[in-house]
Amino acid sequence: MKEIYFDNAATTMVYEEVADKMKEIMICDYGNPSSLHLKGMQGEKYVKEAKDILAKLLKVKEKEIFFTSGGTESNNWALIGGARGGKRRGKHIITTVIEHPAVYNVTGFLEEEGFETTYLPVNEQGEVEIQTLKDALREDTILVSIMQVNNEIGTRQPIEELVKVVKNFNPQILFHVDGIQGFGKEVFYPGKTGVDLYSISGHKFHGPKGVGLLYIKEKTKMMPLVFGGGQQKGMRSGTENVPGIAGLAEAAKISYDNHDEKEAYLRELRDYFVEEVRKIEGVTIHGELAKMRAPHIVSVGVEGIKSEVLLHALEEKHIYVSSGSACASNHPSISGVLKGIQAPKEYLDTTVRFSFSRFNTKSEIDCALETLYNIVPMFRKYRRR
Amino acid sequence: MTFQTFLLKYGEIGIKGKNRYLFEDALVRQIKYSLKGVEGKFNVYKSQARIYVDCLSEYDYEDVVEHLKRVFGLVGICPVVRLEDEGFDRLKEEVVAYMKEMYGEKDFTFKIEARRAKKSYPKNSMEINCDLGEAVLENLKGSSVDVHKPEVLVNVEVRNEIYIYSQIIPGPGGMPVGTNGGAMLLLSGGIDSPVAGYMISKRGVKLHATYFHAPPYTSERAKQKVVDLAKIVARYSGPIELNVVNFTDIQLYIYDKCPHDELTIIMRRYMMKIAEHFALESGCLGLITGESIGQVASQTMQSLAATNEVCTLPVYRPVIGFDKQEIVDIAEKIDTYETSILPFEDCCTIFVAKHPVTKPSVKRIKKSEENLQDKIEELMKEAIESTEKITVRAF
Repeated sequence: MKEIYFDNAATTMVYEEVADKMKEIMICDYGNPSSLHLKGMQGEKYVKEAKDILAKLLKVKEKEIFFTSGGTESNNWALIGGARGGKRRGKHIITTVIEHPAVYNVTGFLEEEGFETTYLPVNEQGEVEIQTLKDALREDTILVSIMQVNNEIGTRQPIEELVKVVKNFNPQILFHVDGIQGFGKEVFYPGKTGVDLYSISGHKFHGPKGVGLLYIKEKTKMMPLVFGGGQQKGMRSGTENVPGIAGLAEAAKISYDNHDEKEAYLRELRDYFVEEVRKIEGVTIHGELAKMRAPHIVSVGVEGIKSEVLLHALEEKHIYVSSGSACASNHPSISGVLKGIQAPKEYLDTTVRFSFSRFNTKSEIDCALETLYNIVPMFRKYRRR
Repeated sequence: MTFQTFLLKYGEIGIKGKNRYLFEDALVRQIKYSLKGVEGKFNVYKSQARIYVDCLSEYDYEDVVEHLKRVFGLVGICPVVRLEDEGFDRLKEEVVAYMKEMYGEKDFTFKIEARRAKKSYPKNSMEINCDLGEAVLENLKGSSVDVHKPEVLVNVEVRNEIYIYSQIIPGPGGMPVGTNGGAMLLLSGGIDSPVAGYMISKRGVKLHATYFHAPPYTSERAKQKVVDLAKIVARYSGPIELNVVNFTDIQLYIYDKCPHDELTIIMRRYMMKIAEHFALESGCLGLITGESIGQVASQTMQSLAATNEVCTLPVYRPVIGFDKQEIVDIAEKIDTYETSILPFEDCCTIFVAKHPVTKPSVKRIKKSEENLQDKIEELMKEAIESTEKITVRAF
């Protein structure tokens, strides 16, 4: 039976071109960019090429691009490095209640170092309202971290407006955007928007796992997080993951080719799915009325069926989705995305996430819908008495 | 120190009269099985009421000892230095070198205990004792002789070759697996049932196991966890035949037809029945569960009686009188604990009543089960026929 992979917000299949390129680098051009000889130069060439590609796609300078081991490291570095770099100016950090653990677990850590965090609430669509950010800004605020696209419900934050609010208040405040679910799904120019730090993860857009990127705006006062041989201008030591870096750049390039067309295709798939799945009784789509949203994520609450049960029931039909669990949060002052948007109680543990990629088709969606029409009434019969 | 041989001592099986060779053979078989998990070549054989493991290649000492410590029936593991017989002077040098490396500058009392199996050896055992003892006294400052309660008993055995050993690493005790028939373990992903399996296996019983899964209420990972647990237990017990029963339909049927607060008890009764079916099929002489009195609602005396009632085979419950912490201690010792506490649901919580009966009466339960008459036989048959059989090996 054919597999239907609807968990593209978790990870994606690597583009064949990307895998081919990486294989060649691993087997033929495996030199260490730090080596003085020709073989090392070959490696260095790939890293330079990758920077060149990514700088163009993001419309930033090459020297503003740093490679990391993935989205989690990028987020960690942005927050810890940014906070430590700005600690003379203050100790206040602002983020939201619906950030990824790779952000809110870091603010938790920073609180132990003496920083203070304000967690902005969001509205029922998962959007940060401009006024709440305005109200939260303080004289000693040094860093604001807000995600581009929420990983569970797909809401896109009004980053452009939020950045303006912050920079008008105090241009010295660093603005970090976790772009891990956003990059590749929409055209976004961090530099032009006024963002200081922007995190990307390779495997969310058909690139390899274990590689990410942090954009650091020129002249930003940043402290390194990883020390060692002084690679990447001493900001991020460690031998560059050359195949990973080249793979990430290649995947980004492919994602940006005909970008609008691809985005429209994804949006069409998603809209179709949402329209049909809603016809099932007792189904809700979280954050569906958001002003802006990612084209690939749908958070579906199915009243009366525990998300894990639905997930495994779909798995039996070779349909792979994710459970959008409300209890993913283990931070006392943060309540998880679904609680953050005040989702009705009956949906807190009955929500699954469908996330699409350009490789999915309408007929796959039809197949998933058909399965849902069949299994939802069946499992509801056995709900807890 | 390099040891060329391990001398293995066994306890209880020494007293089993004419059946002794059966026990010894089982022990040799289990030792061979356990050493499969270690890199290197070994020769395992019995000779004169002892079992020897000769190391034929390089090996990792810690690893070998670790694996031998898992063989039920062994009470002692003695690492042996094995020498060619090249005359008594050479032997003296070797014994002194051995003692220096093992006990060095420490203060200790010792006694040499020589055994001369090769009667043509020029010295008798008394002479060997005296002369070697003297050499050790002269060369190790901290040593003194105590023939009654020595701290170190140095065994020197003269055969075709000479064996020197003084250390006895305690083995696990018990009896070699395969000497006491087989039993069917009701295995879950919890802490208790792997421990129960281990304990019964320790008495020489070959393990079979049955696991009930309920997809999609339980996940593939939950099943993999049970296989992983069986794999850990199999380090001790040898290969385990695991039956994976799809229990979903039976569970849902009971859920549909019976009072909710009796669900768990009725479910467990059907689990016992199915486990017993597989037990009889593979010639097992009993069932094993990880139940402990009063731990949960389904393990009160009344509940145990109600589940027990459906079985014709004896049900062994080795942890019946243990507190949770005592079971956890064993789980940690045998290395199943870390796996057991992985957070995958075993038997989905949606089916558990908020207030299950704690004092079920068999009469009432049987009455409730009458509601199942229509389909239960058929569902049981289907579950049995669709059961997946996995041979779980540790190595």
